[in-house]
Amino acid sequence: MTKYLVRRLSTAVPSILGISIVLFIILALAPGDPFADLATNPNVPPEVRTALHAKFGLDDPIPERYVHWLVAMLQGDWGFSFVSRVNVSTLILQRLPTTLLVLGLSQVLALMIALPVGVGTAIKPYSFFDQVASTFAFVGFSLPTFFTGLLFILVFSIHLNWLPFIYRSDLDVTGWRWYWEEFRQAFMPIAVLGLYQGASWTRYIRSAVLDVIRLDYVTTARAKGLREPAVMIKHVLRNALIPIVTLVALEMPAIFGGAIVTEQIFRVPGIGSLLISSILANDTPVIMSITFVFSCLVVLFNLIADLLYGWLDPRVSYS
Amino acid sequence: MREDEIRELVTQVRAGSLSRRAFIGKMMLFGLTAPIASQILNASGVPSSGWKSDYKPTRRGGGGPLRTLLWQGPTLLNPHFAVGQKDQIGSRIFYEPLAVHDPEGNLVPILAAEIPSLENGGLAPDGRWVIWKLKQGVQWHDGEPFTADDCVFNWEYARNPETAAVTIAPYQDIAVEKIDSYAVKITFPKPKPYWSSVFVTDWGMLIPKHLFKDFTGSKSREAPTNLHPVGTGPYKFVDFVPGDIVRGEINLNYHVENRPYFDSIEIKGGGDAVSAARAVLQTGEFDYAWNLLVEEEIIRKLEINGKGRVVSVIGADIEHIEFNFADPWTEVDGERASLKSKHPLLSDGAVREALHLLVDRGSVEKFIYGRGGIATANFLNAPEQFCSKANTWEFSIEKANQVLEAAGWVRGSDGVRAKDGKKLKLVFQTSTSAPRQKTQAIIKQACQKAGIEVELKSIAPSVYFSSDVANPDTFMHFFADLEMFTETADPDPETLMQLFLSSKMATKANKWQGRNRCRWRDEEYDRMYREAESELDPVKRAALFIGMNDLLVKERAVIPVVRRSDVGAFTSSIKATLSPWEGPFWLLHDWYRAPAA
Repeated sequence: MTKYLVRRLSTAVPSILGISIVLFIILALAPGDPFADLATNPNVPPEVRTALHAKFGLDDPIPERYVHWLVAMLQGDWGFSFVSRVNVSTLILQRLPTTLLVLGLSQVLALMIALPVGVGTAIKPYSFFDQVASTFAFVGFSLPTFFTGLLFILVFSIHLNWLPFIYRSDLDVTGWRWYWEEFRQAFMPIAVLGLYQGASWTRYIRSAVLDVIRLDYVTTARAKGLREPAVMIKHVLRNALIPIVTLVALEMPAIFGGAIVTEQIFRVPGIGSLLISSILANDTPVIMSITFVFSCLVVLFNLIADLLYGWLDPRVSYS
Repeated sequence: MREDEIRELVTQVRAGSLSRRAFIGKMMLFGLTAPIASQILNASGVPSSGWKSDYKPTRRGGGGPLRTLLWQGPTLLNPHFAVGQKDQIGSRIFYEPLAVHDPEGNLVPILAAEIPSLENGGLAPDGRWVIWKLKQGVQWHDGEPFTADDCVFNWEYARNPETAAVTIAPYQDIAVEKIDSYAVKITFPKPKPYWSSVFVTDWGMLIPKHLFKDFTGSKSREAPTNLHPVGTGPYKFVDFVPGDIVRGEINLNYHVENRPYFDSIEIKGGGDAVSAARAVLQTGEFDYAWNLLVEEEIIRKLEINGKGRVVSVIGADIEHIEFNFADPWTEVDGERASLKSKHPLLSDGAVREALHLLVDRGSVEKFIYGRGGIATANFLNAPEQFCSKANTWEFSIEKANQVLEAAGWVRGSDGVRAKDGKKLKLVFQTSTSAPRQKTQAIIKQACQKAGIEVELKSIAPSVYFSSDVANPDTFMHFFADLEMFTETADPDPETLMQLFLSSKMATKANKWQGRNRCRWRDEEYDRMYREAESELDPVKRAALFIGMNDLLVKERAVIPVVRRSDVGAFTSSIKATLSPWEGPFWLLHDWYRAPAA
């Protein structure tokens, strides 16, 4: 196992490096200017824009800029935003708690929905419960999040006036009220994302459990007289969940990347909206940092998923 | 309109037979902005009736929170680095300039004790200097006093090219000196009628010397105060997440008594304009939303609720179509659209006249921009509600056809007109945005009916408005035949009219940084501009600018389309006014909430 781990880590490093080169070159070659807003303004002479360009090293050759960026990154300096003139790490850390909260909870919600429903539909396939649940699942992952998001806003905010639809990360109340207010404003984005994710996971869990539930050892376990819950949990789920666990592990990096569309609709100040606004403003250091961290997380979680799979399933060995 | 006609109107105002308002209205018909018209009256000794703020609360604070929505969130809080109006709005909560323009175009002092004029000795008779007297007893948020040293410092800070401040332009060629602790003198190299270009409006916000003096020039980005603003404004800094929120709390030492009314202010950023409008007009979650570029039908539906009101103010920003007078399709000495070339199609006045007749400004206003754009025939603004027009616009496909026929452009077998073997095919470029694409589409349709083939091109705004020298798609390169966008304008037309000055040509040599992108040249125009630059008599100066505008319209040098207005939404209980010459927070300290009667 350790040899496998070492081997995987040694291939991970060059792949991350390669990813960073590709990202950097694409961003460097992309047209667009972080200081575009200054262009139509008569008060700003063009020399200021050229001075800003030179100041941020935008005129240097690409390899030089890449090496500069890499060295800085290794030293922990994630870069300096052109647009906000702050350290990129500050920008990301400001938005991390909200991202983890909203997206983390949405994944938890998705699991909480998908597990019972998925298992339930697999135990009695093609029953009424299965038909209804599967229909909802199909509808759920077919409808895009911006549609369900807008629908929720129209129903809950505008018609019923129950929930605020603009997320505020700076609620100025304390104690129990804070939790209540946070729940009220986070409910819709979490629900939108959780339902969407949960819908597709329901289908996966359903087919994974169906694969296992027909096998002989399950029938044997029942024949031995074990009660149904014990059969389900100790025998069926333990084996059915192996592929599910790896699937969930691979989804984890998405929490960091954020749900760009949902964040836009509800104005959740997450990392996804930071990424989108940086792309639109051509704020290269921020884009570079976020995409690079995201790709590192993907590589890392791929490794974790593989290791987890090997640990959970005794049939798999990495020697 | 000639000088003597203007003088006649001024006499009427002085005599009382013409109201100040009507005079300003007439001046605007001829392309002058309200502040210039006001200046004419002030200089002629006609006292300003004054727009007055109707602030009613009698004590400071107690108003609760003020929540505002800017769907482009501020990304930095140093006014000297502001990229776009969003950053200026964010900074304006904390920082203030010496004076601002009220809706009538008059100057209202904020940090100044009074507005300089000839009578109080603040203005030089020869226009070479101006003395600003500063308000005494003003404190920065950390308790330090505001003095003339701060003004001098801002001048040194901004004009230093290493700081790369976007506010550099007005500070560049002037000299600012301290006369005493509460007076500064600004000296101009040449007589300058536009003396209020320094320390005024959002571009003139002042930062404290004692916190920024160690961070000038190349060290300017390191100042911690960049992220924790300390200003003189009605609210003190609390929190800032770039692109997301800016929060301020009441400044208990604010220099105007009984103000501000609100205990805290919050600017929330992100999202889009339509949901911002909803948040104010339908759910009432926010008190004010900025820059609602929303289709007229949608806004009207939201207004019906009665929970809020939509306010639109018009300045001098003009959405227009520029003609390329050089040839972008031929390279001369390795340069496209070189000054040595002439556009084969657009140099023909008849073609320009026809294109003028083919822009359906009425429909653009009614169906596309709604209250966000008012149709106009003048490049230098003119409202439409006055019945007599100096310059009119017309939409007539038949007339366009007639003009082209008469000039010898004959329809070919494919329906496209041609003359001397040149077909009337034009490339029309603009940035990607829904209203602009729609406008392009209807113009193309109209042109087709007149026998002109138009190819539409739309470019992402961050590319179109970039200053990337290597990219041929920027509006500065103008490698197309027609291009359309909005030019933002100051209260004074001097900077706006530079667009047609022959000394400001955009060429390869200056990396297309010149502001005259349409490469138009006219000696008469240049002469009038040079004269207007140093003409101190506001009446003569006004007549010159009107003349320049009329020349542009007569020669069909540009197609003005609509005047862009700033559209904002307030909840009904908020009492606040917007000024077309300033950002929305120009008089933030006078905002208050009164329960709807």
